[in-house]
Amino acid sequence: MSAIQETPGLAAAAPRASVARRGAWLALGLAVALAPLWLLESFHLFQLTMAVIMSLAVLGLNIVTGYNGQISLGHGAFFAIGAYVTAILMAQADWSFYATLPFAAAICGMVGYAVGLPALRLGGLYLALVTFSLAVAVPQLLKHRALEGWTGGVQGLFLMKPEPPAWLTARVAITPDQFMYLLALVVAALCYLLAWNLIRGRIGRALMATRDHPTAAEAMGMDIAALKTRAFAVSAMITGVAGALSAAAVEFVAPDSFTFLLSISLFVGMVVGGVASILGSVFGGLFVLFVPNIAESISRAAPGVIYGIILIVFLFVLPDGVAGLVRRVLARLGGRAP
Amino acid sequence: MTTTRRLLLAGSAGAVAAPLAAPQIAAAQEAPGVTATELHIGSTNALSGPASSYSVISRCLEAMFRRLNDEGGVGGRRVRFTVYDDGYQPPRTLEQTRRLVERDRVAFLFNQLGTPTNNAVHRYVNQRRVPHLFLATGADKWANPREFPYTMGWQPSYRVEAQIYTKHVLEQRPNAKIALLYQNDDFGRDYLHGVQDVLGDRFRSMVVTATNEATDPTIDSQIVQLQATGADVLICGVIPRFAAQAIRRVHDIGWRPMMFMTNVSVSVGVVMQPAGVEKGVGLITSDYRKDQSDPAWANDPGMNEWRQFMQRYIPDGDLGDNNYTYGYGVGATMIQVLRQCGNDFSRENVMNHARNIRPMQLATLLPGVLVQSQPDNYNVIRQMQLQRWNGSSWERFGQVIEGAGS
Amino acid sequence: MDAFLLQLAAGIATGGIYASVALAIVMIYQATHHVNFAQGEMATLSTFIALTFIQAGFPYWVAFGATLAVSFVMGALVERLIMRPVQHAPILTHVGVYIGMLLIIGNLTGWVFGYTTKVFPSPFEGGGPMLGGLLSAHQLGSVGVTLGVLVLVYLFFTKTSLGLAMRAAAYNPRSARLVGIRVDVMLALGWGLAAAIGSVAGMMVAPIVFLDPNMMLGILLYAFAGALLGGIDNPPGAVAGGFLVGVLENLAGAYIVGTELKLSVALVIIIGVLVLKPSGLFGRVVFSRV
Repeated sequence: MSAIQETPGLAAAAPRASVARRGAWLALGLAVALAPLWLLESFHLFQLTMAVIMSLAVLGLNIVTGYNGQISLGHGAFFAIGAYVTAILMAQADWSFYATLPFAAAICGMVGYAVGLPALRLGGLYLALVTFSLAVAVPQLLKHRALEGWTGGVQGLFLMKPEPPAWLTARVAITPDQFMYLLALVVAALCYLLAWNLIRGRIGRALMATRDHPTAAEAMGMDIAALKTRAFAVSAMITGVAGALSAAAVEFVAPDSFTFLLSISLFVGMVVGGVASILGSVFGGLFVLFVPNIAESISRAAPGVIYGIILIVFLFVLPDGVAGLVRRVLARLGGRAP
Repeated sequence: MTTTRRLLLAGSAGAVAAPLAAPQIAAAQEAPGVTATELHIGSTNALSGPASSYSVISRCLEAMFRRLNDEGGVGGRRVRFTVYDDGYQPPRTLEQTRRLVERDRVAFLFNQLGTPTNNAVHRYVNQRRVPHLFLATGADKWANPREFPYTMGWQPSYRVEAQIYTKHVLEQRPNAKIALLYQNDDFGRDYLHGVQDVLGDRFRSMVVTATNEATDPTIDSQIVQLQATGADVLICGVIPRFAAQAIRRVHDIGWRPMMFMTNVSVSVGVVMQPAGVEKGVGLITSDYRKDQSDPAWANDPGMNEWRQFMQRYIPDGDLGDNNYTYGYGVGATMIQVLRQCGNDFSRENVMNHARNIRPMQLATLLPGVLVQSQPDNYNVIRQMQLQRWNGSSWERFGQVIEGAGS
Repeated sequence: MDAFLLQLAAGIATGGIYASVALAIVMIYQATHHVNFAQGEMATLSTFIALTFIQAGFPYWVAFGATLAVSFVMGALVERLIMRPVQHAPILTHVGVYIGMLLIIGNLTGWVFGYTTKVFPSPFEGGGPMLGGLLSAHQLGSVGVTLGVLVLVYLFFTKTSLGLAMRAAAYNPRSARLVGIRVDVMLALGWGLAAAIGSVAGMMVAPIVFLDPNMMLGILLYAFAGALLGGIDNPPGAVAGGFLVGVLENLAGAYIVGTELKLSVALVIIIGVLVLKPSGLFGRVVFSRV
């Protein structure tokens, strides 16, 4: 009798322990994410804000390229569209930043869906080629005369980062930089949550199935076309939100901010952080922002060479990126523990 | 556009400056970037990426400060010059500028490269009251002391240059049909604006335009297109690679317009020789610098000073690259301002002397072209002289023309 | 002179540039079934090497030949050292490696040779403008060289057993190995040849657009468009595609979309071809059934 009573108790204890562990991880993550608010001065906080934004952009790319296997070298385009939607609405129509976010997300989602349609017919390398071309053409499209009235043409647009609201400033002393970091963090966290839910559920498995065994996936009744285009839409949406945040953080958009190097660095960030890994996107964002500086300090003359070498070394030595390394180290530590 | 920007700035000054101002004023009093032995100056440039041909300017400036330090420094201090790479990407420029101002705590910013890149930091440096001096860009927006008192350009603006050409056209050929070829970016657009400034209502009837992109392989098509309109004047606002192509192509298709070329792209070594020296005969440009390959300056004391400097401090530098004469001029201007500062390198004092440069001649600038500034006029170089290619060198003609300042 | 005719001539001249680069793209595709994003950067590096030879005092054609040899070795080495280890990795890895090479080679070239625009001599100078100013001597000469290379490539792939073996190695490595083809040697050979053809393209392009480390970035896209339009597995098709893109781009720029959107014309061609007719206009006609 007692044994019978104990069994459910045991069964309940296990999830409770895992909930506790998960809670601990969450608390740790939260602490790590929030600590810079107090620890860093404004410049480093700004850098970290940009890193959070870049990691969000990499996350978007990871959904379509990492999880769904459709190689995009042109995600800078979605980043640019998100940034421009926010900038235009704020600078030309006096919208508040918060109101522009859903708009930027929706427009990028739609454009992503539209790009996803021809992408359906293109195999891996060809899609890479098309998106590569898109990345090169972006600045030219942004400054086109037909859009100049909105985009400010080559001069770009100026905007203001959102002010900390009165109810917050009344209670705590918070600088605009701190608030921007907090804002980026909250938006990024929401997107990560969305992505995490998407990936670990039925849809995520379907995405990976279409990536790894398209024929088998189709035979099992998955609508590959719908999956792929929607993956593109969600991916573009997330990267676009990142773009919108960056417009606010930098307070300026111009065609030259979105050259093909942006798309390339998002791609490099994804590979180095970890392909098809949510955690990897975080590392990817840190990489995108901080490694050019490190590369610059190694070789003033040619930081691009260092950047390229790091990329290739990662592909050779750590094909699953920093996230894979962390996972293996943790697994080994966990395995050794009693 | 301008109004929006002004409103934004006004709004920001009220809202953002308040929390930021407090630590900033404190910092200004203790003169950031200045120690008993050192003066720290910051800059950004495209050290990598497609625009990095301009990185030689930073190289030249570094060497000039090295020479200054060899000669005992300034105000009893050695100059430390930190240049960070922004790859010509505006967000990176903001990041690197904030690094210089907030982490490295430089005294001020000097000769940052590019129009879009300086745009990205324009408001930031003015809010923080960091001198943002002698930028490496010819856009005309930098001379705006009332709204942006901490930002100063240096070279004559492209827009003024285009105005000068257009006026010359009207003098020589009042009924001209003008073809305008410009690069579709902030640089090229200034030429469009300059021509519009002078022609006003007549622009539509007198001018045909074509644009090129930096990514275009050639501009043959644009040249052909412009020729077909029957234009007899051609004004070009394009970078050196396309300038050389344009000169060659115009000649090869037998078009003989009165042709003007932006002074960004008239270096003998980089443009005229590649195009073919005989093909550019009659080409008109303007300049404020001495062209190092012009035999007229072979024994010029100023240019000899520059040559000795190059030989001693940048022995492997390409003597045909006129970014070095540019760098030498802008560096000399900066050093003059520092000398004027005496012993006080606080931001206010540096800015004060930067906006009060008494008219002076520089080694690498044409005779009669003066460097100067007044609190209400930030156009540091206002004069240029027209010059014509004679097949082997640039022949100056007419008076030194005063462009901006009004 | 008739403006349309001039536009057409300008288009053919630029088309010649695209055609020569497209040929290099086709070469690497034939040998590996991949598209090398670093192709343009490799060609630019080769051209700088050629310039170094010429400045060292070698006659043009000696420098030309030496550059071909150096480029061949460079291409083969890239295959051996960089591509071989990831041979069986997923396509994403390959794309990553190409991007890495693009960054490394492009920046290395700028670092070593500087970023200022340089003059590159043409072997066809002295003739002056030909055909009443429609084309320069060099443009005509380089079109000739491109066609010459095309004939060689075509003969190589269709008439020599080595060419057949190379195509087999790319098409079906396993079967090729079973019939005794040394697939790894074929791959290295293919990379070497592609790099050599790329260097010819670079040396023909540089006198027209002038040499700088970023010379090829724009051109590469148009060349991609040309190769795809003509059929990426078909050398004559790719050359025809290159010329066609040059003409289309110039005519569209002059008469339809305006010069600001020329690059987008290339983009539209790439997407259009891939979506509507992935094999290209002339693809698969000549030798897809091996």
